[in-house]
Amino acid sequence: MSEDTAKPARGADSKPESGATFGQPLLRIDAVVKQFGKFRAVDALSLDIHAGEFFALLGPSGCGKTTLLRMLAGFETPDEGRILLDGKDIAQVPPHQRPVNMMFQSYALFPHLNVRDNIAFGLKRAQMRSAEIDARVSEMIALVKLDGLEKRKPDQLSGGQRQRVALARSLARRPQLLLLDEPLAALDKKLRESTQLELMELQRRLGLTFIIVTHDQAEAMTMAGRIGVMDAGRLEQVATPRELYEAPRSRWIAEFVGDINLIEGKLDTSEEPRPTMARRLAIVTAQAGTIHVAEPPQPLTKTNLCVAIRPEKVKLSRRAPVSDDTRAINRLEGVVTDVGYLGGITSYKIKLDNGAVLRSSMANTARLDFDAYTLSQRVVAWFSPEDCVVLEQ
Amino acid sequence: MSARAIFTRPARLAAIAPYLWMALFFFVPFLFVLKISLSQTAIAKPPYTPVFDVAEGWEAIKAAFAALSLDNFTLLVSDDLYVLSYLRSLMVAAVSTSILLVIGYPIAYGMARLPQRWRAIAMMLVIVPFWTSFLIRIYAWINILQHDGLLNQILLALHVVSTPAVWLSTDGAMYLGIVYSYLPFMILPLYATLSKLDPALLEAAADLGASPRQAFWRVTFPLSLPGIGAGALLCFIPIVGEFVIPDLLAGSDALMIGQTLWLEFFTNKDWPVASATAVVLLLLLLAPLLLYDRLQRWQLEQA
Repeated sequence: MSEDTAKPARGADSKPESGATFGQPLLRIDAVVKQFGKFRAVDALSLDIHAGEFFALLGPSGCGKTTLLRMLAGFETPDEGRILLDGKDIAQVPPHQRPVNMMFQSYALFPHLNVRDNIAFGLKRAQMRSAEIDARVSEMIALVKLDGLEKRKPDQLSGGQRQRVALARSLARRPQLLLLDEPLAALDKKLRESTQLELMELQRRLGLTFIIVTHDQAEAMTMAGRIGVMDAGRLEQVATPRELYEAPRSRWIAEFVGDINLIEGKLDTSEEPRPTMARRLAIVTAQAGTIHVAEPPQPLTKTNLCVAIRPEKVKLSRRAPVSDDTRAINRLEGVVTDVGYLGGITSYKIKLDNGAVLRSSMANTARLDFDAYTLSQRVVAWFSPEDCVVLEQ
Repeated sequence: MSARAIFTRPARLAAIAPYLWMALFFFVPFLFVLKISLSQTAIAKPPYTPVFDVAEGWEAIKAAFAALSLDNFTLLVSDDLYVLSYLRSLMVAAVSTSILLVIGYPIAYGMARLPQRWRAIAMMLVIVPFWTSFLIRIYAWINILQHDGLLNQILLALHVVSTPAVWLSTDGAMYLGIVYSYLPFMILPLYATLSKLDPALLEAAADLGASPRQAFWRVTFPLSLPGIGAGALLCFIPIVGEFVIPDLLAGSDALMIGQTLWLEFFTNKDWPVASATAVVLLLLLLAPLLLYDRLQRWQLEQA
C-alpha cells in the first residue's frame, strides 16, 4: 500500500489543487522503518515530496508522524530504508549537517539569548560574515513582523511572538526543507487561524517546501496542498484535502476526516443494470433500505460494503422531491430527533423509519428560519448517488 | 478580598520566624563576638576586659564603652601571620573550587543525561558518603595516605615506587581531602540546573548547525551558569573557613585562617584577637555571600 501512496493519488477529483508536481522529488522517503523495542513507530513508509509543496502529516497521537519528522530532522535514525534529499541519502547524516530546519512544538527558543541572537544562532554556525548576519536577521524580523522586539528575551514575549521568533529562526538559514512540528498547537483559536494564513502566504512567497505535522485536520486541510494521513506507522492515504474528504480510501479515513454517515450493506447483484441507471450500484442495507450509489472508479472485490455520505450532502425536505429528479433517487423517510444550531449551519439527526440515524447539516442561508425543521417533524432525507462513497468493509 | 487579608495572622508569624531565628542565633552571638574583638585580653574569667555589668550602673557601662578599641584589628593588619593566613585560605578555596568544578561538572552532566531510573541511583551514590561521619572519612584518608598506608602499599606492590612516598602532611593531601569532602556540594546544584535543561534546546542547536561541542558551549554551558555559581559559592565559602581538613591532612608550615583562629583561641587563649580574626573572616565572606543571594534571587525570577 505504501508503494502506491508514494505518488500523489488521483481520485474522483483529477485536478490536483496545488503542489503535486511530477519529476524528481525534493524528498524521497523510501521504505523507512523505525522501531522502539518491539513497537514499530514507522512501518516501511514511503513518500515523495516535491519542491515547493506544503505537505501535512496528519494522524492521531502515537501514529508515528512525529517520529517520521524527527527522522527527517536527524534526531532519530531509521532502522531500515533511505531518506533521499535531492537524491542524496541523508538517513545517517547528523542533524547539524543537514540542510533541513525544524520548528519545534515547544519552540525551543534559547532562554539566555534575545530575539536577535536566537535568530542569528544558525547563521553564526554557518560561518556567515557579521554584516550578512545582520542583514539576514533584519530581513527575518521584518518577515515575521517582530520589529522593535530584537532585544527582548523569550520570557518577555507573548506566545504568538515566541512562535514568530521560532519561525524566523528556523527560516533564517533558508533551508531546502522546513519541518514544522505542531507549530500552532500552543496558540489560541483566533491567533491560530490568522497564523495559518500567514504561514501559507510565507511558504508561497519564499517558494519553500514545508512539511507540517499536526493532529488538527482543519489545520491540515486549510494549509496543505497534500495531506498524508498516518495510522500505526503507515500512510493510510496521501491526497489533496478535497480528495481526502470526498474520496476517502477506507472506512478509517472516512471516519477520521470530518463527519460522515456510514451505512453498512451488501451489493445487490440481482438488479440488472438498466440503461437509465448506468454506472450505478444498488446496495441493500438493513437500516436504510436500498441505496443507489455511483459506481466507484476501482472495481469492488467484496460484497460487504459501507455507504458513506457526508452530512452536508444529505438534504431534507418536508415532502418527497419530484419523482423524476435523478439527484433524489435515494429518499429516506424519518423523524427529526436532534437539532443543533451552530450559527452558519444547523445540524440535524434523523431517525429513519428503517432504523438508521442520519446526520444532515444545512447551511442557514436565510436569516429568518422559515426553512428550519423542528424536533419530531417527519422529513424526507435525500441525496444523489454521486454524493455517496462506497467503501469495502 | 484585600491584599492584606490574603496573609492570615499565622502566615505572617510564620514569615517572621526565619528572621527571629537569624536574630537570635546569628546576629546576637555576632554582637558578642564583635564586642570581644574590641576588648583586651586579660587573665581573668572571662579572659578579656572590659566586661559589661548592668548591676554596676550607668557610669560603669559608659566607662566600659570607652575602654573598647580597634587594637586587635590593627594587629591583624600589621602582623604577616594573619595576612598570610587569610591569603592562603582564599587561595586554597579558589584552587579547590576550580578543581571541584572541573571534576563535578562532568559528573553532574553525566548524571543529568542518565535514563530516569538510573538518576536516583547515581544521586544515592553521591549522597551515600554523608552516611559516615565526616571526621571518620578524613581519618580514613590519613590511613590511606600515611607512610605505611594503603596507597604506598599498593604502589610498592606494583613497583611504581621503590621506597614509600610522602603523601600525608602535604598540600596535595589537603586538596584531595577538600575535593573529596565537598564534591557533593558542587555536584548537587549543578545537577539540579543541568537536569532541568530542556533537551529540545540541544536538538534546536543541532538543527541550527551547531556541532555537539558548539551546542555545549553555546547552550548548555551558559544555561548552567546559575548552577556553577551556586556550586562554587557553596564550596568556596566553607572552604575558606575550613579547619579540620588542613589540620589533619596538610603540613604545619603554612596555616589557613581557621587554624590560626583555633590557635589564638585554644593555645594562646587570646579571645579578643581570635574574635577579631573571625569578624574579619566574616566580612571577607560577606561579598561572595551577597553575590550568592543575588544569584538566588535572579534564579527565582527566572523560574
